[in-house]
Amino acid sequence: MMQKSTQLEKKVLSLRLRGFRELGIIVFIIVISVLIGIRNPRFLTWSNFHDILIDTAALSVLSVGMMLVLVTGGIDLSMESVLALTGMVAGMMVKQNPQLSPFFMLILGLLLGGLLGSITGLIVAQGRVVPIIATLSMMYIYRGITFIISGGKWINAYEMPDSFKAIATGRWLGLSKLIYIVLAVYLVFYYFVNHTHTGREIYAVGSNKEAARIIGINTQFITWLVYAISGALSGLAGVMWVARYASAQNDTASGFVMTIVAACVLGGVSITGGVGTISGILLGSITVGIINNALPMIRVSPFWKMALQGLIILVAAIVNIAIARNMEKSQLKRRVV
Amino acid sequence: MKKLVTILLMVFFAVALFSVTAFAEGHTIAMIVKNVGNPFMDAAGRGAEEACKELGNNFIFQGPATPTVEGQIEIIENLIAQKVSAICITANDFDALVPVLQKAKGNNIKVVSFDSAVAPGGRDVHVNQANAELIGKLQVQAIAEMIGYEGEIAILSAGATMTNQNTWIEYMKEELKDPKYAKMQLVTIVYGDDLRDKSYNEAMGLFKSYPNLKGIISPTTVGISATAKAITDAGLIGQVKLTGLGLPSEMAEWVHNGACEAFFLWNPVDLGYLASYVASLLCDGIITGKAGEEFSAGRMGDYTIVEAVDGGTEVLLGPPFRFDITNIDEWKDIY
Repeated sequence: MMQKSTQLEKKVLSLRLRGFRELGIIVFIIVISVLIGIRNPRFLTWSNFHDILIDTAALSVLSVGMMLVLVTGGIDLSMESVLALTGMVAGMMVKQNPQLSPFFMLILGLLLGGLLGSITGLIVAQGRVVPIIATLSMMYIYRGITFIISGGKWINAYEMPDSFKAIATGRWLGLSKLIYIVLAVYLVFYYFVNHTHTGREIYAVGSNKEAARIIGINTQFITWLVYAISGALSGLAGVMWVARYASAQNDTASGFVMTIVAACVLGGVSITGGVGTISGILLGSITVGIINNALPMIRVSPFWKMALQGLIILVAAIVNIAIARNMEKSQLKRRVV
Repeated sequence: MKKLVTILLMVFFAVALFSVTAFAEGHTIAMIVKNVGNPFMDAAGRGAEEACKELGNNFIFQGPATPTVEGQIEIIENLIAQKVSAICITANDFDALVPVLQKAKGNNIKVVSFDSAVAPGGRDVHVNQANAELIGKLQVQAIAEMIGYEGEIAILSAGATMTNQNTWIEYMKEELKDPKYAKMQLVTIVYGDDLRDKSYNEAMGLFKSYPNLKGIISPTTVGISATAKAITDAGLIGQVKLTGLGLPSEMAEWVHNGACEAFFLWNPVDLGYLASYVASLLCDGIITGKAGEEFSAGRMGDYTIVEAVDGGTEVLLGPPFRFDITNIDEWKDIY
């Protein structure tokens, strides 16, 4: 009886803590925004906020995929290459068939990305190759295929139909269509992660794989699934990216994977697995978006910018941890009383 | 089953490794570009290959996946091991490549830098697009005409360490000292690292941190097209003018919608052709790379090696070409 009640208490406590955990990042976002706003008031305008949301769109979609993989204790380095390959295929397709509907292209991005991700997933789940090695190899392979199918050529703005480019430039009720795509992805995955069996099983596998297997979770399937999902979301992000910049390059998003990991970690995802929330990574992505958007606006030397970028990420991480710890302490105190 | 897969994989790799094609007679000329998959670099490669075919040389085309010095050093080390006859390189850094290129020269490999130079100690001769002074000057003149010789301008460059970018920017500053530009101010120089997302963000940042900005010069292909897209997205066509160095294929859209009235570029195919031709002549001992030497470079005609401002020697391709609404459609499918 006693045990049960403490367990319950623990559960309530951890739920509360989760809410508080995001407080750190919110505080940080507010502080940094005010600081930048003092230096350049145009930072704090609605139109700039809208720009940040558009800039962050692809990143936020990618973070969902990366979070699911990180929660299982893996990592998916191939995301940036799946993005580039899917983006290139999409670019080449609309170049040949300008009449293709943008909605179809987005679905195609999801499907093609999902296919590429499932191959990676098979290698990790079935082939039992360590995720970092498996996804690093696939990162090079998919990047290589991008070069091969494009013959080293780019797809340029004039070769893309306006309808396709409108995925990024089009508005609906005053908001960019990209923002609605992000909203849809987050709603679907909020439900999936928190309210479905499979969604919860992902956390179980990440917290304790052996225990998850013993209670009858198909750990191999879950492992495959997270890579397939991260692939699908990378594919979707690829179409968004190419439409946004109106250019499909072979080196699209090269090196971007680190930014995705940074957004996840800032959003409270643990790289050792088991921990991560959808609301957290949304805030994490927006933080990264703010940093990228703000740095060009504060009129400092480009060399300082680079150092500042690192510094800001570091401070964000520290503030995040400090506030989470403080909350935990005060919660514990309350429990003693 | 697993064993079979493993064996098949090993056989596959063995075949892949040994299926290196045998080379014909003639020199082996390797071209190393800033990064692969860049249309400008590919066009230079096509020109170099053309010259190699004419002269009966073998051609190798390589470059790192991203424009880094480290990637280029690795490739050069490999080429030294392969004992190529000459290297044509467009450098990602003026100084950092010198030690490894000296090693190459020590192994009797001729070194020609083109497009973006390496320091004189690391090369035999540099093949320059055009007089750097003229390139800088033309861009300043173009933006001045577009904004009516008055207002704030900014430069959006590629990497802060890239030799060619910095030289052109120096000449732009030089040109801006002319009294006729007295009402124009260069407010800042930002770097987009030739990454599309970063260049786009930097351009957007310029509009927001300099609300009175009238013009942008972007002497780099990714930078200028990302800036054109940003001008279009921000609804600033006509308010913020743009010129620089760009690829017709990438810029066609933005010339048509008015985001960029005119921009410049030399013909990268010709540039690659000339670099590869010079490399071959060096291998034959017909030229040594000293100033004053004269030679004939196939379809390109006659050239003379001249002293370069950096203390080395160079060959100048010719003046850059101006692209605008009148000729963009002829060129957009070419490169």
